[in-house]
Amino acid sequence: MFKKIKKLTYTRPFRIIINGLWKDNPIFCMVLGICSSLAITNRVENAIAMGLGVTFVTVATSVIISAMRNFIPSRVRMITYMVVISTFVICVDQFLKAFFPTISEAMGPYVGLIITNCIVMGRAEGFAMKNPVVYSFLDALSCGIGYTYTLLIISIIREILAFGTILRYRVMPQTWTNWVALAMAPGAFVLLALYLWIMRTLAKVEPEK
Amino acid sequence: MNTHPLLIFIAAIFPHNIALTYILGMCPLIAISKNLKTAFGMGISVIFVVTLTAVINWFVYNLILLPTNSQIISYVIFIITIAASVQLVEMLLERFFPPLQVAFGIFLPLITVNCIVLAVSLFMVLREYDFIKTVCFASGSAIGWAITIVTVSAIKEKLLLIADIPKGLKGPAITMIILGILSLAFMGFGGMVKIR
Repeated sequence: MFKKIKKLTYTRPFRIIINGLWKDNPIFCMVLGICSSLAITNRVENAIAMGLGVTFVTVATSVIISAMRNFIPSRVRMITYMVVISTFVICVDQFLKAFFPTISEAMGPYVGLIITNCIVMGRAEGFAMKNPVVYSFLDALSCGIGYTYTLLIISIIREILAFGTILRYRVMPQTWTNWVALAMAPGAFVLLALYLWIMRTLAKVEPEK
Repeated sequence: MNTHPLLIFIAAIFPHNIALTYILGMCPLIAISKNLKTAFGMGISVIFVVTLTAVINWFVYNLILLPTNSQIISYVIFIITIAASVQLVEMLLERFFPPLQVAFGIFLPLITVNCIVLAVSLFMVLREYDFIKTVCFASGSAIGWAITIVTVSAIKEKLLLIADIPKGLKGPAITMIILGILSLAFMGFGGMVKIR
């Protein structure tokens, strides 16, 4: 049994998933997609919507690009990515507007900015362009989930400290003083810096020169 | 809402700085802020490209998308306009101003995927700016971003010479801390001008 599991860890799909979730995690190893991860994480619900939106767009884009990879001339590949990505972002935007209008309002232009989220582009250029559909799907999915859980961690800390709530349910005592700075940009920057510090030490990421 | 365009310009540079209050354009801030000279080049190119694309997108949105009632595809149209105009600028520079091309050429492809170019266009639509306000807002935002990247890279250059930074903090994390302190400082401008 143990041997079987160990054997499994050497297969390609397994390696791809581990890379996306831990070793090449988009946020703390490659440091991509920072803008959205900071700007919308003051509420947990926004973080969930953003994470799922980015996951959906990454998966869909990777699958499409990977399926078309033999037909895309390399000179126009960037603009092809852009068109595919923005099409799916429009889907996410319309979906949010129709079913979750309050979240859509709170996120404002940041839904549209999934287009320029480097993670989507990075997976399309770095992985999907060279690999078959199944692997691209796994890679995009694990990267998306890796991104989502990072967003969740940051947003939970921020919402507890800045508003005393999680998903708008009060968890801190009524006497809790809200840390207003944490709901705004400075707190976000410092919190992400601390998070990067812990995670990069744990994951043993070598700092680039 | 009737704000004077000049107020929007000032507000976009200081109290509503696009990098430090809206947290946009982080990727280049982290990746290209190691060297003051490159940061300056990047800043100048961003000022130029953001203003240009915002103006083009304003015309596209108000003259084509609004009359045909097809705002739903504005994301695709905006991103294509941005990519195309960046490509065009690159080709024009190569043909007519080779020295400028050598200086700024490497930054131009990077700018296409810079969030703030698209963000300025999206904010412009969201806040329903007219033409003059769009120009002021776009150039102000870009100048604010350029100020940020130049400041960060100057601080980083000095810091790396003298400071003994812990291993996990090196690279992006220390940049985030610098940005955090800078944005605290910029919060001091907060009450200066109010725009939506």
